[in-house]
Amino acid sequence: MIDAEDFPGTRGVDPNWATSDAAQARLRRRRAADRRLWALGIGAVAIAMGLLLILLGSIVTASWTAWTQTSIRLDVTIPADKVNPEDPFRARYGSFVDQSLADLFPLIDTPAGERELRSMVSNGSQFFVRDAVVADPALIGRTFSIWVPAADPIDQLHKGVIDRDLPANRRNVNDAQIDIYDQLVDEGRLQSTFNWTLFTAADSRFPELAGLQGALWGSFYLLLVCFLISFPTGIAAAIYLEEFAPKNRFTDIIEVNINNLAAVPSIVFGLLGLAVFLQVFGLPRSAPLVGGMVLSLMTLPTIIIATRAALKQVPPSIREAALGIGASRLQTVTHHVLPLAMPGILTGTIIGLAQALGEAAPLLLIGMNAFITAAPDSMLSPSTALPTQIFIWFDSPERGFVARTSAAILVLLGFLVVMNATAVFLRQRFQIKW
Amino acid sequence: MSQTFIIPFLLLLAAIGYWLGRQRALALHDGTASGGLATLPQYYGYYVALIAGLPAFVLFIAGLLFQGSIIDSLLLGSLPSEMTTDITSAERNLLLSSIRNAAQGTTFGTPEPAILAAAESLNTYRLIVNGAVVALVMALAIAGLTWARGRIAPKFRARHRVEAIIFGLMVLCSLIAILTTLGILVSLVFESLRFFARVPVTEFLFGTKWDPQIAIRADQVGGSGAFGAVPIFWGTIVVSLCAMCVAVPVGLLAAIYTAEYATPLAWGTIKPILEVLAGIPTIVYGFFAVITVSPFLRDLAASLGIEMAPTAAIVAGGVMGIMLIPFISSFADDALNAVPRSLRDGAAALGATKSETIRQVLLPAALPGIMGGVLLALSRAIGETMIVVMAAGLTANLTLNPLEGVTTTTVQIVALLTGDTEFDSPKTLAAFGLGLVLFTATLLLNILALGIVKKYREQYD
Amino acid sequence: MVATQAASASPAPHSPPATTKVSARKVNLWYGEKQALFDVELDVYENEVTAFIGPSGCGKSTFLRCLNRMNDTIAICRIQGDIRLDGQDIYDKGIDVVQLRARVGMVFQKPNPFPKSIYDNVAYGPRIHGLAANKAELDEIVETSLRGAALWNEVADRLDQPGLGLSGGQQQRLCIARAIAVSPEVILMDEPCSALDPIATAHVEELIEELRDRYTIIIVTHNMQQAARVSQRTAFFHLGKLIELSPTDRIFTSPEHQMTQDYITGRFG
Repeated sequence: MIDAEDFPGTRGVDPNWATSDAAQARLRRRRAADRRLWALGIGAVAIAMGLLLILLGSIVTASWTAWTQTSIRLDVTIPADKVNPEDPFRARYGSFVDQSLADLFPLIDTPAGERELRSMVSNGSQFFVRDAVVADPALIGRTFSIWVPAADPIDQLHKGVIDRDLPANRRNVNDAQIDIYDQLVDEGRLQSTFNWTLFTAADSRFPELAGLQGALWGSFYLLLVCFLISFPTGIAAAIYLEEFAPKNRFTDIIEVNINNLAAVPSIVFGLLGLAVFLQVFGLPRSAPLVGGMVLSLMTLPTIIIATRAALKQVPPSIREAALGIGASRLQTVTHHVLPLAMPGILTGTIIGLAQALGEAAPLLLIGMNAFITAAPDSMLSPSTALPTQIFIWFDSPERGFVARTSAAILVLLGFLVVMNATAVFLRQRFQIKW
Repeated sequence: MSQTFIIPFLLLLAAIGYWLGRQRALALHDGTASGGLATLPQYYGYYVALIAGLPAFVLFIAGLLFQGSIIDSLLLGSLPSEMTTDITSAERNLLLSSIRNAAQGTTFGTPEPAILAAAESLNTYRLIVNGAVVALVMALAIAGLTWARGRIAPKFRARHRVEAIIFGLMVLCSLIAILTTLGILVSLVFESLRFFARVPVTEFLFGTKWDPQIAIRADQVGGSGAFGAVPIFWGTIVVSLCAMCVAVPVGLLAAIYTAEYATPLAWGTIKPILEVLAGIPTIVYGFFAVITVSPFLRDLAASLGIEMAPTAAIVAGGVMGIMLIPFISSFADDALNAVPRSLRDGAAALGATKSETIRQVLLPAALPGIMGGVLLALSRAIGETMIVVMAAGLTANLTLNPLEGVTTTTVQIVALLTGDTEFDSPKTLAAFGLGLVLFTATLLLNILALGIVKKYREQYD
Repeated sequence: MVATQAASASPAPHSPPATTKVSARKVNLWYGEKQALFDVELDVYENEVTAFIGPSGCGKSTFLRCLNRMNDTIAICRIQGDIRLDGQDIYDKGIDVVQLRARVGMVFQKPNPFPKSIYDNVAYGPRIHGLAANKAELDEIVETSLRGAALWNEVADRLDQPGLGLSGGQQQRLCIARAIAVSPEVILMDEPCSALDPIATAHVEELIEELRDRYTIIIVTHNMQQAARVSQRTAFFHLGKLIELSPTDRIFTSPEHQMTQDYITGRFG
């Protein structure tokens, strides 16, 4: 038997140690350590939240000036002898714009002064005039008022991004331009309106003419291809692995492989696309089809993993019930298990597509960062995508592109918010709790 | 490619096949409850539809993928043989694109008559090859439909056939993952071998001088001295370590808070915010690094009298760290939550405070799971592209100082492969060499990490 | 000797008047909206084994967990009433729950050794509470605790091995050693033998009998024979209410309440 001497309480420890002063002091120190860890945890969460706020805040702030566009009202005269009413498209509209500017400032007659004058409005102004005349040939031979976009430096000056009080060599506009600008303001020829160009135009080298239309269509095609490939294959693969596959070495390998594929850096998929889709199969560069194929390979593991998780959620009793009344295994899955798992599958798919939408790296390698000034008209015409367009603008030196980059990021984030909100909604609304 | 009309055609044919098959089966119906059929009538329909549509669809995809190369070889074949013998693939591509350009009417200088002739025939070849693909696909579809319909008989077990076909399709789909991995491996290894044929492997792996911008002239052998990738690997490591220095402590502490201290209300607010942080595309982080973080850190460094490069490793690394915070915290959160409640109770019942329980019982128990998450995050940091492309430098720099500009593997891959470079030059091939190293490194990290995480989950399941 | 003691498990007539160690008055407890305890009132005497019995879900474990405030870790749990340890309200604001739990130890239904060595498992409590000034003292505490839990002879030569490597019964005794290493005044045992085989159960029961001299023990059990074997007094719980608390020999021979009688004779539960 156990010797009484061996019992605790008979040893050196005072049985009432817990209420002693020393224990109290020690307790205070331990409580302080507890509070420190708590504070560190709160601090870490606060840092994460603060960084998110700073990130969003700085992008919103930086985008601020991109949402409006300054335009200048010109009184353009279309000389009847210079435009053929049969074919109003072909005429030198640029000279009409130059002339209207010259008419506004008759005092400026040096070549340098005329250059400053011409630099006030966007290089694309002539196209606005042309489009007006093409739309209404009656304008030929008459003088009419038209708002054309201001050139980027003037736009920046008007928005206050360029500080006019800086020494002339440190700002993008010179004193002569500022003089012209002030006169235009005085005459009420400047206005600031919402920058619809951002959504209605494709890319351009001139910020005031650049828009996201091409990138939006490109991203749409990318996601369409990505969805058409990865959704059916992902579901089929997941059903096989979850419901039918025997548990053996081979399926183990597939499983490990899928998990690993989900963690392969995205740029490696770009290398694959470049080497296989472009080099071996000779598919065109910069095409949304190729980009969508690359993204679908990236999205596939996400969809497979999400679908398997959703299938696992469906209780085995459902399968047993269906099999019990004589349904085949395939019927059991397609009639009962799959519909019940669908909300989870859709949620996973949307999340996977949202990731694909924001992905830029692999697209750079297959040339989707090319400078393309028209929206793609098919899956095979060259195109950019939202993230690569952001990258192109980010890389452009013009001042106006800084704000437009931020604005484009906000558009991208807007789409992501909508997609993720849809996913959350699906999860909340349709997910069945077993 | 105007052949996309084939897809609706195939769909239509499949629909007709379904209807025909079903009608045929119904016609065989003998009026008894089972109708004397082996399966339900619609399965005969599915069977005909699948046989009509599927092989034709596969043929169509194969045709789409290969018709380009068929046209190319036809074009080259039409050229005089002295133009096509003994040419490199770069010259071959040049030849082909000049033919295409000529066909579109854009010519540079005066092209050779042979090229003009080839350009003339290009449209014919296109018509022939495209037409052949369309004809073959249609023929196969109609043949499939007729054959399948002919097989319908009362004893024919259509459902088994249909299920077998679908089953086969599912197996194929699950093989795509394997094929992708194989495709990655084969293409990386293949291109890397071509690269190593020009630049020795040892030079690449152990050389310390990286300067692919000094283009290797034709008369220069190999490219000695210019393709030593050590500074690039080094830069990758420095940036990744900077990222881990931010992500691990913040992510881990945030996880400790959310898993152990947070009230349900706080949890419900913090979790979605971390998820938002995880859902932001990396290009956004890259932009943030350049317009906000870099100027801020430079001002900070300047006010302390320290000089800092605008492309300093700490900028890209730090922002990457922010990106990885939610990644680490969600792994650590899962790992902590997987520790059984009984251990928490056990520690609490001994009079341990919460922080003692966390530090001495929960963290050691959750360590493998947390380590797995950290390794996966490291693998992400190594493979992350956009942040470093935007915020890190281009010049290789063998330094440990996070305030100096460094370049990384992914930056170099992008730099080497964007812009119009010949696919055969060592410069572009070097990108595949770097890609192979990147893939291998991240794969090993992933396997290790996923293994640890799996083992850890099993321990508490 | 142990066997004879276990056979005469009733308080010996010559024993001194029992001092009250734990007293509970009007204890009500809710999990969210659902009330789990109704006006429970009882006293637990020093150096006695008190058994709580009753059908599943009767609140006996819940009540046990009130005594060292383990229910604090459950967010939706709300408690009302008065529980005193040595006359001191343990739910008083001035009471530190960490200190309380050092005085009221607990052994759980399933053995839950930490994923550490045997030594570190036992040394954990003394370390956090600072009970040992040096390694030698800590060694001594570990040894006496393991001896106290009747485990020393089995593990003395492998103290550095993981505690999870022991058998179920050994693990449970390790948890008991871990609990007594901080010299608690009261030990709560929540069905300590339910996960053990009969031989391991016998070991633990023997141990409880021996620990009684030094500690006040409260044991929740499903097994009425066990209650009869180890306890001096038994409390019967039903649907969150304390039905009856009597000396063990009386409750098993002539219970006051019909319900207790029904439960003991196996008509429900």
